[in-house]
Amino acid sequence: MIELDRAGRSFKVKRRLVHAVRDLSFAVSPGEFVGYLGPNGAGKSTTIKMLCGILTPTSGTVRVAGLDPSRKRTTLARRIGVVFGQRTTLWWDLPLADSFELIRHLYKVDRAAFRSRLAELADTLDLGAFIRTPVRQLSLGQRMRGDLAAALLHAPDVLVLDEPTIGLDVVSKAGIRDFLRRLNAERGTTVLLTTHDLGDIERLCRRVMLIDHGRLAFDGTLGDLMATAPDQSSIEEVVARLYTGSGAT
Amino acid sequence: MVSTYARLAWTWTRAAAAYPGSFVLMIVLGFVTTALDVAVILVVFANTTTLVGFSRDEVLFLYGAASVSFAICDMFVSNIDRVSQHIKAGTLDTFLIRPVSAWLQLCADRFNANRIGRVLQAVLVLGYAVAALELDWRRAWIIPVMVITGIVIFAALWTLAGAAQFVLTDAPELVNAFTYGGHQLTQYPLSIYARDLVRSVTYVLPLAFVNWQPGLYALGRDDPLGTPEFMRFLGPAAALALALAAALAWRQGIRHYRSTGS
Repeated sequence: MIELDRAGRSFKVKRRLVHAVRDLSFAVSPGEFVGYLGPNGAGKSTTIKMLCGILTPTSGTVRVAGLDPSRKRTTLARRIGVVFGQRTTLWWDLPLADSFELIRHLYKVDRAAFRSRLAELADTLDLGAFIRTPVRQLSLGQRMRGDLAAALLHAPDVLVLDEPTIGLDVVSKAGIRDFLRRLNAERGTTVLLTTHDLGDIERLCRRVMLIDHGRLAFDGTLGDLMATAPDQSSIEEVVARLYTGSGAT
Repeated sequence: MVSTYARLAWTWTRAAAAYPGSFVLMIVLGFVTTALDVAVILVVFANTTTLVGFSRDEVLFLYGAASVSFAICDMFVSNIDRVSQHIKAGTLDTFLIRPVSAWLQLCADRFNANRIGRVLQAVLVLGYAVAALELDWRRAWIIPVMVITGIVIFAALWTLAGAAQFVLTDAPELVNAFTYGGHQLTQYPLSIYARDLVRSVTYVLPLAFVNWQPGLYALGRDDPLGTPEFMRFLGPAAALALALAAALAWRQGIRHYRSTGS
């Protein structure tokens, strides 16, 4: 579903070439739920932006759902859902319902399918109480649920989440996690999740990839990840070891 | 494409219509502020009967023709020049994850229906000038061609301005010189300007084809600067070439977009 082959992206910053991501290769099969970890600035967001075609890789190849994202961005958009925790993809001044209606139009979702999907999403994400409220007036937790619904209205095969639980309280977090787990289990949607909240990883991800300094530093199951450290270590300790260990700066 | 634009535009219009007082006021203001341009022309002609050989109604004709094209683009395309704001705020990413061209979405973003005031004003002036001049219909057929050519040229200029902002993220106003400046320039007969300037807006940035060259044909006049007759009909070709250049520049801009840190 997702394939990267020696993909790299560099930026010129003050005449110096900075490699945000280099020689990154991995593959994600349909139906997987993958956690994508890394310290700040490791290249997580750059990877995600290459996956949805926002950034063109400067080397190597990227394929998502069989398409080259930067060349087939608008075609791929119909098959991928993207959520940025740091920023909404909804229309700030419009009521949530209007945003959804626009999305239906942009993605050419047929009316009947849209209605049943929205009803289901509104039910599982509990949107009813604020669906008529302008996005700017929503709380962070409400907004995130709205963003999740918006990313799924066109029933994408792949869902890419960039820190979806950032800043959420424990109850909202639990709700989002539960929703994602069911989405993956019941619909078979492939999910790639970046987060700094290791609770998300422990509860959701069978596979974990860890990126540092733009390179893949670990790729394996959650069990493999835990086995890299002495017994009884918490996941926080395990990940902290890997971050500092592979850093080498 | 049209239906997507219409849907986006309608949504923004409905959001703006939540404040009907301000909505109406802005339409009136748009009408009045652009009417000031006409007032300036009338003041000039209160003191003289011709301007570089053109009568008042002929100048109003040239002004009206350029303004209709410009006002329509100002309404439907000009929002593209906010691309640098979107780049800096990181909101451009959200346009790029949709299955519709970013160009179309950006043009429709915060669509401002109250700019219709400016379009109405321009249409009135052009309509008045065409009626007053009693143009020969064997020549006046070029008027709709001229207006469409002008729309394409201004839309291409705005797109170029938007594409340039991928590079000039910190100086978005710089490129306004070509869009708003281009409109200012075309409000008067080009022969009032220096010959080198006219050459550059004929052969480099084809502003002369917005209203000047086809306008001369409609008015049945020779070019005071002596360009040959066939130049009057090159507008569509020039507009197409500029549109192509703008489309390529826009593509390059998107491909070289760097996004923000998070």
